[in-house]
Amino acid sequence: MTVVAEKAPPRSLPRRRPPRVRGLWGIRTAVPPGVRWTLMALSVAVPLAAWQVLSVVVDGRPDYLPGPFEAVEAGIEMARSGQLLTDAWSTVARVLQGFGLAVLVSVPLGILMGSFPAGQALLEPLVGLLRYLPASAFIPLLIIWLGLGEPSKVALLFLAAFFFNTLMTADAVRRVPLSLIDVSYTLGARRGEVLRKVIVPYALPGMIDSIRVNAAASWSFVVVAELIASESGLGYRIVRAQRFNQIDRIFAVLVVIALIGLTIDLLLRITRDRVGRWV
Amino acid sequence: MLELASLGKEFTRRGGPVKALEGVDLSVPDGQFVCVVGASGSGKSTLLSLVAGLVRPTAGEVRLDGRPVTGPGPDRGLVFQEGAVYPWRTVERNVAFGLELLPLPRAERDRRVAWYLAETGLTAYRHALPKQLSGGQRQRVAIARALACEPAVLLLDEPFGALDVQTKEDMQLLIRRVWQDTGTTVLMVTHDVEEAVFLGQRVVVLASDPGRVAADLPVNLPAERELSAKRLPDFLAMRARVEDLVRTYHRRHQEKQPI
Repeated sequence: MTVVAEKAPPRSLPRRRPPRVRGLWGIRTAVPPGVRWTLMALSVAVPLAAWQVLSVVVDGRPDYLPGPFEAVEAGIEMARSGQLLTDAWSTVARVLQGFGLAVLVSVPLGILMGSFPAGQALLEPLVGLLRYLPASAFIPLLIIWLGLGEPSKVALLFLAAFFFNTLMTADAVRRVPLSLIDVSYTLGARRGEVLRKVIVPYALPGMIDSIRVNAAASWSFVVVAELIASESGLGYRIVRAQRFNQIDRIFAVLVVIALIGLTIDLLLRITRDRVGRWV
Repeated sequence: MLELASLGKEFTRRGGPVKALEGVDLSVPDGQFVCVVGASGSGKSTLLSLVAGLVRPTAGEVRLDGRPVTGPGPDRGLVFQEGAVYPWRTVERNVAFGLELLPLPRAERDRRVAWYLAETGLTAYRHALPKQLSGGQRQRVAIARALACEPAVLLLDEPFGALDVQTKEDMQLLIRRVWQDTGTTVLMVTHDVEEAVFLGQRVVVLASDPGRVAADLPVNLPAERELSAKRLPDFLAMRARVEDLVRTYHRRHQEKQPI
């Protein structure tokens, strides 16, 4: 046993006033639903109002900063001609192809990396290095190799999502507790069964999270690709509008880009919550 | 018959190899309930991992019915302290996991699952997810899941270590009843001496640094044990004896720990 050296120090510590734990700004304290909805409404309404006010105040040049109403008006006009829908669809189709392909390849590779240390040793150095090369830096190369058409855009979206999604999938897989894997072996599972019946189901919500994060990145990359060289799509529509100085149309397209992005995110979030009900 | 023959395990740590277990000889006849107690550093969890086949020994071997153990399998069911139940599977589907891997008709599988659910008192919770269960209920799921595979030996690695005292006593009665009903051999590791004496027909005390068998004591208590058996003079004497042994090795282990 340890021997106590001296008498205990005197009980004379200074006291501080108690922390603020509750209230609207208490850390991790729930706010009443009414307050929550108000805050959420304000989060949209205040910037919108500011935009409207600004569009009236900043009026040095005609249509320099169109307000939200003008943007919506221009959007309705573009939608009426069917042009907006065509553009939105060609952008979405590119994401579905490029990002879809990236998911299809990166998920199995991520499972391989996360499950087998040998797979990790084989892939991590390369993938870990390549992910720090910004996908947009590949655009010139892709145009030289694949031309200005669809393949170069699909390839860019693939590159933008592939490396990150591989590493994030591997991370999700590595979060499977070892005890769960061990216990499965003692219940008679073979290696393939452990992968299929234990690792994949456990990691699935995490994998969808990773897809959600990378889908957002893909969505912004597709617009970049279309701004640079394209004959259709929402990015292309922005460039066209710029050429004719139709600033209200640029804003209309921006709103559409935001709304589609939000929809993608929402769909993936719902999927994740469905799949991960057990979490 | 489960046999451990001069079993040894060395781990490589920074600063050289560390002997977790050395020269462990132990044989457990079919149907016996054996409790292994030991202070920290006695390698008791390593011992179970070796029997389960999750870890390979560096010396000696584990034999089950004469055949050497080379890897994990359903003939040696394992229950961890934290249960390790599948969180996305319902109670029923957790218990069915091992059976789903076998060529078994659906009806037969369901019948077996239903029996083990009833035996462990989980029938009412069969559609619940693990997150909706208490710690004790989760351990029942883990026990039912292991037993459904009809293991020759049930390995319990401090299965009630994280439970509150009352739940722990319920589980002790449950595991004794399940053991009697199924006739399976049980090898249980625990640091709770009272639990070991109450449950075991035999208590094996491990010494530390390296882990080895220090004492192998028969428990002379009636086969039918109620919780009141914990107040019998025989029980108290046995408990004191084992506690003294464990305490001695615990102190030695503490003194040897590098600062």
